[in-house]
Amino acid sequence: MSHSLQSDYKAKTTTGRIAHYVDQRVGVSGIVKEFGRKIFPDHWSFMFGEVALYSLVILILSGTFLTFFFNPTMVSVTYDGSYVPMKGVDMSGAYASALDISFDVRGGLLMRQIHHWAALMFMMAMTVHMLRVFFTGAFRRPRELNWVVGATLMIVGILAGFTGYSLPDDVLSGNGLRIIDGIFKSIPLIGTYISLFFFGGEFPGSAIISRLYSLHIMVIPAILLLLVAIHMFMVVIHKHTQYPGPGRTENNVVGFPVGPVYAAKAGGFFFIVFGIIALLSATFTINALWNYGPYDPSPVQAGTQPDWYVGFGDGALRLWPGVWPFPWEFEFLGGTWVLSVLLPFALMAGSVIMAMVFWPWIERWVTKDNRVHNVLDRPRNAPFRTGVGVAGIIGYATLMIAASSDLIATHFHVSLNDVAYALRASFLVGPLIGFYITQRICLALQRKDRELVLHGIETGNVVQLPHGEFIEVHKPVDEYRRYALVDFESPAPLPAQPNKKGKVNPIEKIRAGLSKIWFEDRVVAVTPAELEAAHHDHHSDNAVEGSVSASLEK
Amino acid sequence: MKALSQKRRHPLAALVLLALALLLSGGLYAVATATNEAQAATSTSYSAEDIAEGQKLFVSNCATCHGTNAEGSVDGPSLIGVGAAAVDFQVGTGRMPMQMQGVQAQLKPGQFNDEQTMQLSAYVASLGAGPTIPEDEYLDVSKGDAANGAKVFLANCAMCHNAAGVGGALTRGKFAPTLMGVSEKHIYEAMETGPQNMPVFSDVNITPEEKRDVITYLKSQEVNTPVGGFALGSLGPVSEGLLIWTLGLVIVIAFTLWLTSRAA
Repeated sequence: MSHSLQSDYKAKTTTGRIAHYVDQRVGVSGIVKEFGRKIFPDHWSFMFGEVALYSLVILILSGTFLTFFFNPTMVSVTYDGSYVPMKGVDMSGAYASALDISFDVRGGLLMRQIHHWAALMFMMAMTVHMLRVFFTGAFRRPRELNWVVGATLMIVGILAGFTGYSLPDDVLSGNGLRIIDGIFKSIPLIGTYISLFFFGGEFPGSAIISRLYSLHIMVIPAILLLLVAIHMFMVVIHKHTQYPGPGRTENNVVGFPVGPVYAAKAGGFFFIVFGIIALLSATFTINALWNYGPYDPSPVQAGTQPDWYVGFGDGALRLWPGVWPFPWEFEFLGGTWVLSVLLPFALMAGSVIMAMVFWPWIERWVTKDNRVHNVLDRPRNAPFRTGVGVAGIIGYATLMIAASSDLIATHFHVSLNDVAYALRASFLVGPLIGFYITQRICLALQRKDRELVLHGIETGNVVQLPHGEFIEVHKPVDEYRRYALVDFESPAPLPAQPNKKGKVNPIEKIRAGLSKIWFEDRVVAVTPAELEAAHHDHHSDNAVEGSVSASLEK
Repeated sequence: MKALSQKRRHPLAALVLLALALLLSGGLYAVATATNEAQAATSTSYSAEDIAEGQKLFVSNCATCHGTNAEGSVDGPSLIGVGAAAVDFQVGTGRMPMQMQGVQAQLKPGQFNDEQTMQLSAYVASLGAGPTIPEDEYLDVSKGDAANGAKVFLANCAMCHNAAGVGGALTRGKFAPTLMGVSEKHIYEAMETGPQNMPVFSDVNITPEEKRDVITYLKSQEVNTPVGGFALGSLGPVSEGLLIWTLGLVIVIAFTLWLTSRAA
C-alpha cells in the first residue's frame, strides 16, 4: 500500500488523474487488490445470504421513507383522511398516520408494501440460507461462531419484524402486543413487573408505540447492521466453502474473483431482488391495516395471526393443552404461575431455537471431529444430520402451521379441534418419522451413487455376444462427475473412549451411544481399488451387474 | 296532602301500594307487548291463503324435524315465535331444509322460490309474534353511513366474521361464514334472528339504522377495488406468508439458477 502513496505516476485521462489523486490519499487500490481477488465459488444455493442482505438494504431505504410520515404517538385524534369507513373515528395518532401513508401520501402505500414484503423476504432468505448452511455442514470448524452470529441475526430479525408489526396500532398489531404482554406476565415472580416496566403501566398504556418505534428504527437496525458486518467479516476471514469436485480441496477455493465477475453479478442481483420485491408490492396487498380499525383492547378478530416468522411461537401457544390433564395454572410463592403460556414458549419454541444455536457443538461432541472443513457435505453424504434437519423442519413447520389452525379449519371444512389434535400428533411424532424416512432416502441415494461409479450409467443397449449371451452395456461415469460422487467421508461409530485416568465416564457412554445411532448404518465411498476391480470386470465382459452388497458395511 | 300523610300508617296502606305497583308494571308490560305486536302486525300483511299454502309446504318439507305444528322435536327446535325473518333467512339462503344433520346448517342453492318462501314465512309468523322481514327503508345502502357501520361491525362482528368479513372458525367444526355476496335483507335478518351459532343483535343492541350502516359498510367492501392490489383473500398474515414461501421463493430460486448457470 505504501508504494502507491508516493508514486510519481501521471495518468493520461481526467478520470485516471482523479482516481490516482484519491488512491494516493486513501490507498483504495490496495484494498481492491486484496478484496477484488477474493474467490467465490459459483452455486445457486450460495446466493440466499445475498438475498437477505439486499432485502435488508431495501428495508432500510423504504423504512427511512416511512419515518418521514409516520407519527409514533398514542395521543387520540379524530381521523379525517380519505378512507371513508374510518372518517370521524377516534384513533391513535400512529394509526391515523399509518392510514395517511396508505391513502394520502403519494406512493406511501407502495412504500409500505415494499417495506413489509421486504421484511418477509428478508426472514425467508435468512431461513433458507441457514438451512443451506446446515444441510451442507458449512457450520463446522472454523465457522461455528459465524453460525451463532447468523442464528442471532435470525432472532434479532424476528424482533425487528415484531416491533414493526406492532407500530400501526390497529386491532391486529394490538392483539399481537397483548400476547407479548401475556408472555411477560407468565414469567414467574418478575413477570408482572416486566410487563408494567415495558408498557409504562398497565397494558396498553400510552407509551408503548413510541418505545417500540425507538427500538424498531434505531436500536434493532443498529444491532442488525453490526451483526451483518461481523458475519461478512468472518466470511472474508474464513473464505467461502465449496462443494466437492475436481481440484477442490480443504486448502483452496475454486471459483471466480469478486472483481469484476462477482461485483457485477452481485450488483445486478441487488436490482433483481429489488425488482422482485417491488413486483410483489405492486401486485399483492400486504397488511391491509385499514380493515382492522383502531386498537381497542376489547375485540379479538377472527383470523388474527402474526407474520410467518413469529408463527411458530403463536402455534406453540395454540397447541399446548389448556386444562388437560390438569389446569396449567396454580398459586405459588405469592403469585400465579401460568404454565400454559410459559411452557409452550420456554419448551416448544425455545427448544427449537436453542437446538439450532448449539447444533455445531452437539455435532462436534458426538463425532469428535474437530478438523477444519472447507469442503461441504452433499446432504445425502451426512444421512444423520440431514435426517435431524428434516426433523427440525417438520417440528418448526408444525408450530408455524398451527398458527393458522383456524384458517385450515374453515378452508378445508374440518373441525378446529381436530386440526389441533392432528398438529399435536405431528409435533410429537412427525419429526421422528421424518428423520427415519430422510435417513433411509440418503442411504439409498448413496448406494445409487456407488452403483453409478462402479457400474456406470445404463445405456439401454442390449448386445448379444457371439456365443449367444445377452449383456446390457453400461457407460462409465466421466471422471469429472465421478469426483463429486466419491469425495466424501463416512465415519464409523466411535466407541466410548477412556479419559486420561483410564476411566469411561457416563457422559462418554452417552456420546458413544449417540455415535452408534448416527453412524451405524452407513455407505462408504468407492475406493480406487474397488473402482479398479469394477473396471476389470467390465473388461472381462462378465458380471456386469456385480454385487455391491459386499462393499456395503453394516 | 295532609290527609295522605295521616293515612300512610293505615293497615291497608301496604296493600294499596302493592296493588298500585302491580297495576303500573302490568300496565307498562301490556303497553310494551302491544307495541311489539303492533309492530309485528304493521309489516305482516299475509293473506289467509298464504298461511294455508305455507302450512301445506311446512307439513311436507319441515315437519319431520320441527313437528307437524312447528312445536319442535329432538331433531329441530320449535318455530313458534321465531318470526318471518328467521324463516326468510334460513329458507331464503338455502340453509333450510337442511342437507344433513350437523353442527351447523350449510349454505346450498335454495329449494323454494320466493313465493313459497313467503308462504312458509307467513305460516310461521302466524304461529306467534316474532321478528318480521325488514322494511326496504332499512336495506337501502344509499341512506347508510359506512363509517359508523365499520365502527359497529368491528366492535360486534369482526371477532367471528374477520375484520374484512370473510369469515372465521368456531369450535368443533362450526364457523362464521363469509359475508361477501350476502344480500342486504339476509344480513339484516341474520342480525335480527341470530341463526346457527350467531347471537341475536336486537334493535336495542344495534338499532335498525345501525344495522343499515353495517350493511352499507359490508356492501362498500364488496364493490371497492382493493387498494393495495390482489387482496389474497383478506386473510391477513397467513396468506402473505404462504405467498412469500411459494411465489417469492420460486422467483428468487429461478434467478439464482439463471445467474449461476453461466460461468462468468
